[in-house]
Amino acid sequence: MSSDITATPDASTARLGWRVATVVHVHRETPTAHTLVLDVPRWPGHRAGQHVDVRLVSEDGYQAQRSYSISSAPEDGMVALTVERLDDGEVSPYLCDVLRSGDGLEIRGPIGGYFAWDVAMGGRLLLVAGGSGIAPLMAMLRHRARSAPERRAQVPVRLLYSARTLKDVIYRDELQRIADSPDVEVIFTLTRRLPPGWSGFSRRIDRRMLEAVSWPASAAPRAFVCGPTALVESVANHLVELGHSPSRVKTERFGPSG
Amino acid sequence: MADRPFIARGFRGRRPHAPDALRLPPGQYETRDFPVLSAGPTPRIELSAWDFTIRDADGRSVRWSWDDLQALPRERPTVDIHCVTKWSKLRTLWEGVSVDTLLAAAASQGLASGAFVEAFCDGGYTTNLPLDDVTGGKAWVAFGFEGGALPAEHGGPARLLVPHLYFWKSAKWVRGLRLLHNDEPGFWERNGYHNRGDPWREQRYHGDP
Repeated sequence: MSSDITATPDASTARLGWRVATVVHVHRETPTAHTLVLDVPRWPGHRAGQHVDVRLVSEDGYQAQRSYSISSAPEDGMVALTVERLDDGEVSPYLCDVLRSGDGLEIRGPIGGYFAWDVAMGGRLLLVAGGSGIAPLMAMLRHRARSAPERRAQVPVRLLYSARTLKDVIYRDELQRIADSPDVEVIFTLTRRLPPGWSGFSRRIDRRMLEAVSWPASAAPRAFVCGPTALVESVANHLVELGHSPSRVKTERFGPSG
Repeated sequence: MADRPFIARGFRGRRPHAPDALRLPPGQYETRDFPVLSAGPTPRIELSAWDFTIRDADGRSVRWSWDDLQALPRERPTVDIHCVTKWSKLRTLWEGVSVDTLLAAAASQGLASGAFVEAFCDGGYTTNLPLDDVTGGKAWVAFGFEGGALPAEHGGPARLLVPHLYFWKSAKWVRGLRLLHNDEPGFWERNGYHNRGDPWREQRYHGDP
């Protein structure tokens, strides 16, 4: 058998207990996505790409839990979660519409030791996002942006981000700012409606687009792919067909998470 | 840390209706979809190149080709499945060979049993289980789902099915079992997840009771 995937042992052996975070603010990123900025007491720190569990308990003891990726950098001091609001969801409408600054919110984490990245890993970084799948990849971009310039220079990064329309692009202004720095390329593809004069990609991510955007397999970039299942499945398959080693392609698939 | 749950202001939630509520372990919600979660690309393998191997701690092994496996007695369990990412799917219909059948064949070939098993897979994934969790009619090597072949993104051609534990234990793209005297943590078990993963005790992460 092959041993393509190797795991980094999780250093923490302590129990991941629930903590009551305080909501510092909630802001609307797009018509459907909101970012919650949380102040978490005794937050142990996280790596870019990790997620947390959120638990909502009602007066009568009923509870609902969901997982959300952390979009803030480890250096930021606060924990930011970006939540896509699903109209028929149970948890996301509460987080986006009801929660406001000053409220408490139960979370535990950070969770996940595999879909995680830090600048010390070096080498070329290829990020591919679909919709709100940008969240954990944004943590990686922010972490890179906050590292020392000589470190950053060792880590050229390309982000390919698929969204329905320009209005659905989360962190658009910040991504455009990040794209102005050396060794960063941000490429959007819009799948539904194009703004006037749009000259970028305007289709779902396909093999040809990946070939145009990515480094060749011989350059051995590390790839992180996050988004809806169909996008992740197809992007990961194309990357392998293009010769990238499966062990260099890490995926996080967002199921429906109401 | 909060010992008692914190009440979320104004949260009412959408409770499942009885009797399904009783089938959902704590913190889980029901989905009608079948989300896909895996750490990397979906491996592809030709059935002619596929086999399933049980190996003991002394290096003895027994091997089944795809056709060998298909010729074994099949079972069609209908089970609830629970993913650690919080979704549960109720009443799913599978088709496969009981792990009991495979282990009995291995024992008859002289393989030594062990107290633990490690499932190994295409793509390098592993997961560890106590022998007790894969024997006694609780685990299958499944190749059929809802009346059809198991799709590759859900672990086809064959995956382990251990529905009483969180679904990462039901290793996708499974290619065999190693019988071990000592427990060795598998892929997610080394990456912060619980070593056993009983959803009814909410054993999600390392350190959970």
